Amino acid sequence: MAGGLLDRRLVFVTGKGGVGKTTVAAALATLGAQHGKRTLVCDIDAKGDLARFFETDPVGFDPRVVQPNLELMSMDTEASLKEYLSLQLKLPLLARLGPLARTFDWVATAAPGVKEILTVGKLAWEVREGHYDLVVVDAPATGHIVGQLSAPQGINELVHVGLVREQTGWMIDLLGDAATTGVVIVAAPEEMPVTETLELIERLRSETVVDLAAIVVNRVLPELFGRGEEELFERLCEPEGVAALTEATGGPVEPVLDAARLAVTLRRTRAGHLGRLRDNVDAHLPLLYVPYLFTRTHGLRATHQVAEALGAELGF
Amino acid sequence: MARSSQKRPGTIEQLLAAKEIVVTCGSGGVGKTTTAAALGTMAAVHLGGKVLVLTVDPARRLANAMGMEEFGNVEHRVDAAAFGAAGIEPRGELWAAMLDTKASWDDLVRRHAPDDATRDAILENPLYQNVTGKFVQSHDYIAMERLYEIHHTGAYDLIVVDTPPTRNALDFLEAPDRMAEFFSSRFLRLLIAPYRSRLVNMASRPFYQIADRILGSKFLEDIAEFFILFQSMYDGFVERARAVTRVLEDRRTTFVVVSTLEAAPVREAEFFMEALSGKKLHLGALVLNKVLPDYLLDEQATAVARTMAGEPSRVAAGLPDALGDEKSRERVVAEVGESFLNFQVVAKREAEQRAELAVAPDVVASVPYFDTDIFDLAGLARLGEQLWS
Repeated sequence: MAGGLLDRRLVFVTGKGGVGKTTVAAALATLGAQHGKRTLVCDIDAKGDLARFFETDPVGFDPRVVQPNLELMSMDTEASLKEYLSLQLKLPLLARLGPLARTFDWVATAAPGVKEILTVGKLAWEVREGHYDLVVVDAPATGHIVGQLSAPQGINELVHVGLVREQTGWMIDLLGDAATTGVVIVAAPEEMPVTETLELIERLRSETVVDLAAIVVNRVLPELFGRGEEELFERLCEPEGVAALTEATGGPVEPVLDAARLAVTLRRTRAGHLGRLRDNVDAHLPLLYVPYLFTRTHGLRATHQVAEALGAELGF
Repeated sequence: MARSSQKRPGTIEQLLAAKEIVVTCGSGGVGKTTTAAALGTMAAVHLGGKVLVLTVDPARRLANAMGMEEFGNVEHRVDAAAFGAAGIEPRGELWAAMLDTKASWDDLVRRHAPDDATRDAILENPLYQNVTGKFVQSHDYIAMERLYEIHHTGAYDLIVVDTPPTRNALDFLEAPDRMAEFFSSRFLRLLIAPYRSRLVNMASRPFYQIADRILGSKFLEDIAEFFILFQSMYDGFVERARAVTRVLEDRRTTFVVVSTLEAAPVREAEFFMEALSGKKLHLGALVLNKVLPDYLLDEQATAVARTMAGEPSRVAAGLPDALGDEKSRERVVAEVGESFLNFQVVAKREAEQRAELAVAPDVVASVPYFDTDIFDLAGLARLGEQLWS
């Protein structure tokens, strides 16, 4: 059920660059908070884009309340490691090691999956400890999300003993529980975003334990004309129609007709990609449609508009 | 509208004629790959010579059109028949290759490994496979490495390369340096020291204890083995990374920043252009992609659209009955007017973004919003002509 999306407790939002992944993450978190869930929304790329959607200052690893019920944080793997070590190991030694930065950078670079496990681990831990009802993650783009979500298994293959290994078991359980964790893929109805979405669905299935919760189709253009009206429009574009319209409006009508034609063709091209998406996904998978926002693409207003559209799609 | 007229006019044509390497960059989804392919196509068509398009992740239909799917990492010439089908007769040759990270890394190891045993040990090491396959920066590095390799063969007059989709558009520029630093790290030597000799410095003991508790000693051994193997290639590697950096800094290399006129990509493009000039790299052009047509800002047309949206029944009454019944005429008139006004809002926002682009290079090219996808040479040529003029 589509409405069940926000009943999950850990939601990763991904998608090809430029499709509005961050907007959708911000909107889902807003919806959750509006419905009384203690919500955490987390920026992984640390570019600070998420903060812009709440029109707030950049935030660090420590969550900050940005709206009632809604906290925002930015992932910092080094801070995550420090938190983990101080919580789990109670290592006083740590202080004497001084800044971990260089060492950490090196280990994280050398040992693939370390950064990913610290990211996923921190988020899964917040969920397991019940600190929040809902954790929404503005996750890496389609190219990198699988590496992130499969990190616990990857670590299992490489590291056979030690503290890290002990942690991966419960993470895999939590990530693999479809009632708890889900991925939302954001797609725009264009060629590459649809292609990448279909490829990602396959990779999620074969390489991770995480369930695909929904696909959000963003920037759907409105249908301009109803039944029979497009033919009428075509006739309007012929010389007689143009002449009559010019007479009736008293100005240059060609640009206005050209713009309508552009809108119609754009919509049609996109409908083709949308159809390809629909035909190739499981019929039970919720597809949530968000209309193209002509007015704003950024900021709090856009977040709320997208939240409203998603809320309607989810049956709220 | 194809370029800024205030400054000394330059064109994409002059730029491509003068340079040997063109690197396109920008944030995800702005059309980097398509722009790179279009630039390469135009160079082959108009300037002649041997032109290579090296791309990371092309759309499938585009890759097919250029024969990339079939050849992958291997450079191959785009079939003359494909040009013929598009009604184009190129003066030169267009070549294409897709970047396969894994295969390129394997090539690199084969080239630098001191002997066959080391080579095989590295290629089979699970850590190596993980690093090359999953480690994000390895894509950045290998793209630049391969660019260097191909340029060094002297086989092409022009190489157009697009950059991998990275979290930070600058990553690939720093990749060669970081890779060199990575392999010369003191920490690396520290880490693998105990596996080379039994003597471990007392001062570093706490470090091993922690590392051991977190990761387990078996894993540390794996890491050590991997890097001991890799160290045999160290000199070749570092020298190579420096050479790659030199090529990027060379005046024969230019960077083309691609962006749409949406807020986030523009912000990233600005950041990128500043960073390029900070690094003394040559910023050749800014390509503004998917730009809405100018006519959306026309004042008289706006008045017409307002009339249509505001008084659809009056306008519809003045239209011939032959078009359709009055109710339908009214709806169409209203929709057409409103649609114009809707798109105008976006066009205005784009104009604003464009005005705010503070650092603009000599060449700024705009590409209109094509209403269909670009998936063949004809499409690339259509896009390319917009860049060219």
